Amino acid sequence: MVTLAQARAVVSAVPDPELPVLTLGDLGIVREVRQGADGGFEVVVTPTYSGCPAMDAIREDIGRALPGAVVTTVLSPAWSTDWITDEGREKLREHGISPPGHLRDRGPVALELSARCPRCGSPETRLVSRYGSTACKALYTCRVCLEPFDHFKEI
Amino acid sequence: MNSLEIGDDCLVLSQRLAEWVTRAPTLEEDVALANLSLDLLGQARSLLSRVGDEDELAYLRGPEEFRNCLLVEQPNGDFAHTVVRHLLYASFLFEVYGAHPEDGVAAKGVKEIAYHRDYAALWTRRLGLGTDESHRRMTAALDALWPFTGELFAQDAQDARDTQDTRDAQEAHDARDAQEAQDARDAQEAQDARDAQDAQDAQDAGLRESWVEYVGAVLGEAGLVVPEGVEQRYGGRKGVHTEHLGVLLDEMQALHREHQGATW
Repeated sequence: MVTLAQARAVVSAVPDPELPVLTLGDLGIVREVRQGADGGFEVVVTPTYSGCPAMDAIREDIGRALPGAVVTTVLSPAWSTDWITDEGREKLREHGISPPGHLRDRGPVALELSARCPRCGSPETRLVSRYGSTACKALYTCRVCLEPFDHFKEI
Repeated sequence: MNSLEIGDDCLVLSQRLAEWVTRAPTLEEDVALANLSLDLLGQARSLLSRVGDEDELAYLRGPEEFRNCLLVEQPNGDFAHTVVRHLLYASFLFEVYGAHPEDGVAAKGVKEIAYHRDYAALWTRRLGLGTDESHRRMTAALDALWPFTGELFAQDAQDARDTQDTRDAQEAHDARDAQEAQDARDAQEAQDARDAQDAQDAQDAGLRESWVEYVGAVLGEAGLVVPEGVEQRYGGRKGVHTEHLGVLLDEMQALHREHQGATW
């Protein structure tokens, strides 16, 4: 018999299919895990982007981790990169991806935040493209160590 | 916000942008345009799912059943045309989504579209201030696409007024056959509807003002001139499209129509 607490822990530990260095818990996309009167679980998730192609894979992965769980998607309130945990941000950095800055004090949209190089730590970086390997990342180059890197965009 | 109209806008523009994949000027832009397309596809799916079955709506309607604005169906042309089209449309969608924070799709979409608008503005500045050739191409694109901008705002208000006129006429007819109490109630309803319409008109006017301000500022910074006195083209919101939509749909729908329910 799986308890609610165990179910939450299992779902939270599912790796993200596109960024397996992060778990769904790190990303902050699991809104809620509920248990119905019949003992079945419902997992409420929110997509990072409207067109995120990983959502289907995420639904399947949750179903595998917690057999029989019903996965529901909600859009509102919209996911924000502020929901990525501090641990998640550290994992991104270790993985060579510059983590997003915090939006909470900057109003609805911040586009001019500079990204720090995740390899050498220099703030001397240059935006190459607003869109990187996935919708959630932008492409930068470090002026100091010359390495290109992905930056997780603030939304 | 009209889920069918905006959903169709997103779907058609998504398909247009996807046509660039493997053909964009550089690898970075190829990836960027694909990502813009993907965002719009996601928004289209959420919006069209509110109206009906998303696959049936996307794959089994003919051009006359689509309610997208004419702007988004215009061909990609050169990269300048694609950039100008995206600047004009994304800045419109940004205003629409921003005006509906209570709507889940809009509240999520506005964050994504902010990046679209920024992407298009950046390229507008770069190409407008670039070489004589890039400036010439941007000017040509602006002249070609400006006739489709009036529809973004005016058509909604016009359609609503047409509906209201019909309703007013019907109510007037009904009232002749009815008692005085009914007359009063009809009059009140008509007045309420007119008040709602006035509020809608005021909101459209507000969106238009913000849009004009933003687009004008970006074009100004890019050394480009806002076209004036251009005759505007309408029809998309009523299903009367330019010849380009049919060709786009043929390509988008061919597989599904040939093999219904095909997946891979």
